Amino acid sequence: MSALLEIRDARRTFVTPEGGRLAALDGVSLDVSANEFVTLLGPSGCGKTTLLRAISGFETLDSGTMRLGGADLTGLPPFRRPVNTVFQSYALFGHMTVARNVGYALEVAGVAKAAREAEVAEALEKVGLAGLGARKPGQLSGGQRQRVALARAIIAKPQLLLLDEPLSALDRNLRQQMQLELKTLQHSLGIAFIFVTHDQEEALTMSDRIVVMRAGQIEQIGTPRDIYRHPKNRFVAEFIGETNLMPVTIDRVDGSEALARTAEGVELRLPASGRKPGEQVTAVLRPADFTLGASGIPATVSRAVYLGSDLYVFVQPKAGGPELRVIARDTAGVEAGATVHLSHDPARVHVLEAA
Amino acid sequence: MAVKRQSVVLGVLLAPVTLFLGVFFLLPLCIIALFSLLTPGLYGGVEWSFYHWNYGRIFGWADGINEIFEPIYLQILWRSLSFAALTVVLTLILCYPVAFWVSRLNDRWRLVFLFLITLPFFCSLIVRLYAWLLILKPTGLLNTILLWTGLISEPLEILYTPAAVVLGMVYVMIPFMFLPLYAAVDNLDRAQVEASMDLGANRIQTFLKVILPQTLPGILGGAVIVFIPSVGNFVVPDVLGGAKGLMIGNLVEQQFLSSRNWPFGSALSMIIMGVVLTVLMVSVTRARKVSGHA
Ligand SMILES: Nc1ncnc2c1ncn2[C@@H]1O[C@H](COP(=O)(O)OP(=O)(O)OP(=O)(O)O)[C@@H](O)[C@H]1O
Ligand SMILES: [Mg+2]
Repeated sequence: MSALLEIRDARRTFVTPEGGRLAALDGVSLDVSANEFVTLLGPSGCGKTTLLRAISGFETLDSGTMRLGGADLTGLPPFRRPVNTVFQSYALFGHMTVARNVGYALEVAGVAKAAREAEVAEALEKVGLAGLGARKPGQLSGGQRQRVALARAIIAKPQLLLLDEPLSALDRNLRQQMQLELKTLQHSLGIAFIFVTHDQEEALTMSDRIVVMRAGQIEQIGTPRDIYRHPKNRFVAEFIGETNLMPVTIDRVDGSEALARTAEGVELRLPASGRKPGEQVTAVLRPADFTLGASGIPATVSRAVYLGSDLYVFVQPKAGGPELRVIARDTAGVEAGATVHLSHDPARVHVLEAA
Repeated sequence: MAVKRQSVVLGVLLAPVTLFLGVFFLLPLCIIALFSLLTPGLYGGVEWSFYHWNYGRIFGWADGINEIFEPIYLQILWRSLSFAALTVVLTLILCYPVAFWVSRLNDRWRLVFLFLITLPFFCSLIVRLYAWLLILKPTGLLNTILLWTGLISEPLEILYTPAAVVLGMVYVMIPFMFLPLYAAVDNLDRAQVEASMDLGANRIQTFLKVILPQTLPGILGGAVIVFIPSVGNFVVPDVLGGAKGLMIGNLVEQQFLSSRNWPFGSALSMIIMGVVLTVLMVSVTRARKVSGHA
C-alpha cells in the first residue's frame, strides 16, 4: 500500500533578519498513511510549523517533493489542496457566526444553503457545540473556539488534517479531555492527522507514530513505545520523558547479561547482545525502571516528591556520579537522608552505542 | 458611596471639556439653528422675527414677491454630494492597494512612507492648491508635457471644470483616507486570511469574504472623514473650480461674506448637516449589514 502523503528530502532555508541562513527543513522525508495519527514533536524552532505550512501550501520548498494520494503538490496553491488546518491561534473569522465559520469551506465550494446547514449542524454536533451556531466566536470560551476551529477544518472531509499545537492554549483538564476526543474523532472520521505538539506526554498518549525533529531534521520516527523504550540517541532519550542517562564501560559479559560500571563505580546490568568487555556505551533507564528494595545500588535519598500513589525520588548513589531519578511505590521511610538500594531489570535497560 | 464619589470625581474631571464644547461648539450651532429661522437684516445680521422662506428658497418654494421657483440650490447641493462621493470612491481606490503595499514594507521604509503621507500637512492648503493651478492651467506643466509628447494637439481645458475640483479634493483628502485604511490593513489578521485559503477559498473569495469585511471599519472611517469635509469644502472649488464647479460650501461662504444673508446661509448649513448625517447613517448601517458586521 502506498502512503497517503509522501515527503522526500524536503528543504527550506530562510534568510534571517540578522542576515544569516537558517535551514528550517533540512532534508525531511516522511510517509503518512491514510487514517494514521502522526505527531511532530521537537523543541521550539525545529521546523514543525514550517513542515505543516509546506504541506498546506503556505510555504514553498527550496527542493524536495511532496505527493498527496499520488499527486504532486508542487506549485498547487493552498486552496487547491485537499488538506485542512487547525491553526494554533484558531484563526476564526471574527465577523462571522459560528455556523458560518464552520460552513465556510462548503460556502466557498458553492454548496447550496440547505445542504450546508445540515452539514454544519452535524459537524457542530460532532464536536459537542450543537445549538451554538448563532453565536460569534468572540462569545465563546477558549475550549469552544477550539472546537469550532476543529469543526470548520473537518467539514469538507479533507484527506489530511494538520493541527498546529491546537491544544496549547487550553488548561490541563480541558486539554486531556480534548486529547481523548480528538483521538476518537480521528478514528470515526478516518482522516489522517498530522499533529504538532511541544508536549511529549500528549505525543505519547495520542499518536500512532511520533516524528521527533531537531534543527530541521528528523531524529527518529517510531511508535510511542518504540520512541520511549528505544530512543536512537541521547537527544531523543532526553526529549521524550524523564531519563537517567548513564555512560558506562562494559566490565564482563555473562551469558545473556553484561555487567557494566560507571566511572564512579556504580554497577549496572544490561542485555548482553553483542557487547564486548571494555566497550563504552550509554545506558538509558527510565525512572520507573528502578525499584527500591533491600539490595542493589546503595544510594542516599536527596529529595522525595509525593505524587499520590507514587513517589518521585531523587537519589545520590553512594559511589558518586550524577543524581538519579526514580519513580517508586509510596513506601514509609523513603525520605530525604534515608539510605535506599536500587535494583533494576537488565532487560529493560536500553543501550545507546556511544558513551 | 464609593461609586458616588467616583462619579463626582469624573464630573469634575470632565467639566472643562464639557464647558469648552458647550460654549464653542454647541452654542454656535444653536445660534445657527436660530438664525436660520429669522428674517435677514438689510445690511447683514438678522431681524428678530420668524421667516420661513430661508428653507423655502432651498427647496424651490418661491415667496411670490422676491423669488421665483429656483431649483439651483438643490442642484448645487446634489453636485456637492456627488463630488464628495466621487472623492470618497477615488481616494479609496487609490489608497486601498497602497495600504497593503505599505503594511508589507520593512519598518524603516514604512516609517518613511508614513512620514511622506503626512508631509502635505506641513504646507498651507492654499499654497498647495495654487501649485495645482499652475500645473493644470492651459500653459501649465501638464499641458506643456502633453503637447510636447504629441499626445494632444491643443491644450486641455481642465482648470475651472468639475474635474479639476474633484482632482483637487482627491489630492487634499488622500491622507485622510489613507491613515484609517492603513491602520485597518495593518491590523488585518493574516492567520484568518490563511485560514480562508486553507479552507478552499481562492484569492477573490478570500478578499470578498475575509479581507474586505475585516478592513471595513477602516474603509468606513476613511469614507466618513473624507466625505464630511468634502461636502462642505469651499477652498478647492474657489481656487480650481469655475462657475460649474461651485459647491454648497461656496454658497454658504457667499451668504455670510458677500450677500450678507446670514439666515439663508444658516439654513443652508443646517440642510448640509442634516443631509450629511442622513447619508452617513444610512450608508454605514447598510455597509455593516451587507458585510455581516451588524
Ligand atoms: N518567515 C521566516 N523567516 C525567517 N525565519 C523563519 C521564518 N519562519 C520560520 N523561521 C525560522 O525557521 C525555524 C523553524 O520555525 P518553525 O516555526 O517551523 O518552528 P517550530 O518547530 O514550529 O517552533 P515552535 O514549536 O516554537 O512553534 C525557526 O528558527 C524560525 O525562526
Ligand atoms: Mg510552530
